[in-house]
Amino acid sequence: MHFVVCAKQIPDPETPPSAFRVDEAKKEVIPPQGIAPVLSQFDGIAAEAALRIKEQTSGTRITVISLGQERARDAIKQVLAMGADEGVLLDDATFQGGDSYTTARTLAAAIRKLGDVDAVFCGRQAADWDMGQVGLGIAELLGWPCAIIASSVQCAEGKLTVKRVLADGFETVRVPLPAVVTVSNELGEPRYPKLQQIMQAARKTVRSMTPAELALDPSTVGAAGARLKLERLFVPVAGGDCEFMPGDTPQAQAVALAKTLRAARIL
Amino acid sequence: MAQDILVVGELADGALSATTVELLGAAVRLAEGGRVSVTLLGSAAPAAAAPAFAAGADRAFVSGDGGYEPFRSDPWVAAVQAAITQAQPAVVLLAQSTVGRDLGPRLAFRLDTAAAMDCVQLAIEGGSFRATRPCFGGNALASYSFATSPAIATARAKSQDALDPPRAGATGETVALPGPAEARTEVTGREQAAATGLRLQDAPVVVSGGRGLGGPEGFRLIEQLAAAIGTHRAAVGSSRAACDMGWYPVSQQVGLTGKVVTPDLYIAVAISGASQHMAGCSGAKAIVAINRDPEANIFKAARYGIVGDYKLVLPPLIEAIRALD
Ligand SMILES: Cc1cc2nc3c(=O)[nH]c(=O)nc-3n(C[C@H](O)[C@H](O)[C@H](O)COP(=O)(O)OP(=O)(O)OC[C@H]3O[C@@H](n4cnc5c(N)ncnc54)[C@H](O)[C@@H]3O)c2cc1C
Repeated sequence: MHFVVCAKQIPDPETPPSAFRVDEAKKEVIPPQGIAPVLSQFDGIAAEAALRIKEQTSGTRITVISLGQERARDAIKQVLAMGADEGVLLDDATFQGGDSYTTARTLAAAIRKLGDVDAVFCGRQAADWDMGQVGLGIAELLGWPCAIIASSVQCAEGKLTVKRVLADGFETVRVPLPAVVTVSNELGEPRYPKLQQIMQAARKTVRSMTPAELALDPSTVGAAGARLKLERLFVPVAGGDCEFMPGDTPQAQAVALAKTLRAARIL
Repeated sequence: MAQDILVVGELADGALSATTVELLGAAVRLAEGGRVSVTLLGSAAPAAAAPAFAAGADRAFVSGDGGYEPFRSDPWVAAVQAAITQAQPAVVLLAQSTVGRDLGPRLAFRLDTAAAMDCVQLAIEGGSFRATRPCFGGNALASYSFATSPAIATARAKSQDALDPPRAGATGETVALPGPAEARTEVTGREQAAATGLRLQDAPVVVSGGRGLGGPEGFRLIEQLAAAIGTHRAAVGSSRAACDMGWYPVSQQVGLTGKVVTPDLYIAVAISGASQHMAGCSGAKAIVAINRDPEANIFKAARYGIVGDYKLVLPPLIEAIRALD
């Protein structure tokens, strides 16, 4: 079997709100000082889902694909260190600055180019723009079924069995391969690579693919092909001033809170 | 300029979902006199048409075929696509729900257009549709216009206002949709989350616990606080960190990847106030924070705060609330 994991390098989503800034004129996030970009958390979990199946199914290969600039190579290396076999970096300048549509289009073309892919694993959403469209987009473009927001994924007899997180519980679905699945944090923590695996990952191949190789018209990818036009990016103003409850003891503060909430007719 | 809008309706417990009613209200405002259509799928759909007209729809595309339940994307995409072909809307609106998270992107790619997900503001500016949505975990807001048509947007629960008052007794046109197309996905099992009294989204008071509780036992105090406020009024929520530790059911997670709640009162106990958590509770009328770190981000959003150890604050708070009236 051949699995693809889609991986994105993003600004650390745990950046404290106080260190988060945007350049409103450029409509860009200003990378916070001293906080390194990371592999989008859900993509690490998608890799974990693929690796758990690989461990039980001999002859399974995993290719990790990232669309991004040169620094996205770190995201690829991380998934290679976790146990993926090879990497594809889509770092051509014409691929940059796009939206969910162009990203899915470019990734789908790369998956088509690989030729023999049985399943694609994506995170439920990139933890920077939080859009949650790329996995479904790849599936639509390839004409494959897709199960989103998985908390477990199993593979047997040419089908994926996917447990999905719903608003009010869980659902288990079966989809025939080839298929796309998007993975959520309920699946569990991604494995932590050992030092030896990190060293091995450095020797694994990471190749690039150009728009020409993927038979993609440059006007349909990256900024040129984007359909969503970002008109404004801004930081919302934070709420009101917090009134701290008076009192020297937790007891006194608790009583003050109960009384304050009653006086304000909230309780 | 008038434009036609289509809302993908959802039914919950046999009635229009609250978010569908809100979306229809938004559609009436955005249409500026254009036609508002709604799709209604599932056995309760025919009975939901009249309430949908009252909520703002002029026309309902309906199939009462039970084969549309439970939601599976293939038949739903086909049905909504059929309605779009007839209605030719400029904008398609969905809820950011189990259904919308799946259908929004699929429709966008199927129709060769684009979708903006989890929007909190929908507007017409200079004659064209604008969707504004939180991104970067809620640290920023992004406004988008669309280069292709129809524009597709999913909206966060409670972000839009229902028509007030509704159009009591309004009637509209009903158009039949065919029965469900075949689905590639087969649903083999379903687990309903244990219904612990009041639904999180409906509760006027939500008391939530976070990682700072230090273990599942901490939630007993949270539950006691909720019980002191009243089991008919207060529900218990949780941060993702606490759910990930297995201390509380995933169904009670509040936030970007959990539930969005808009209670009158949200009490956050031992929760730091990460932007992704606030995405689920910042619409509360008042937030109370109990946290031992005076610098915690939650205090920036809170109206009332206590800096202290929850183990020392909650027992007297529970007593003080019981002692009210
Ligand atoms: C894409 C994405 C989506 C996410 N979605 C969600 C989501 O839907 N919901 C969500 O909640 N999170 C979500 N997160 C995670 C989020 O970023 C935070 O990691 C999480 O909310 C932290 O949970 P917490 O506040 O309980 O834990 P922490 O951040 O660890 O905070 C614990 C707090 O408890 C306080 N504390 C410790 N001990 C005590 C004590 N004895 N008494 C009082 N206070 C104490 C500490 O001071 C601290 O402020 C998401 C993250 C990403 C990247």
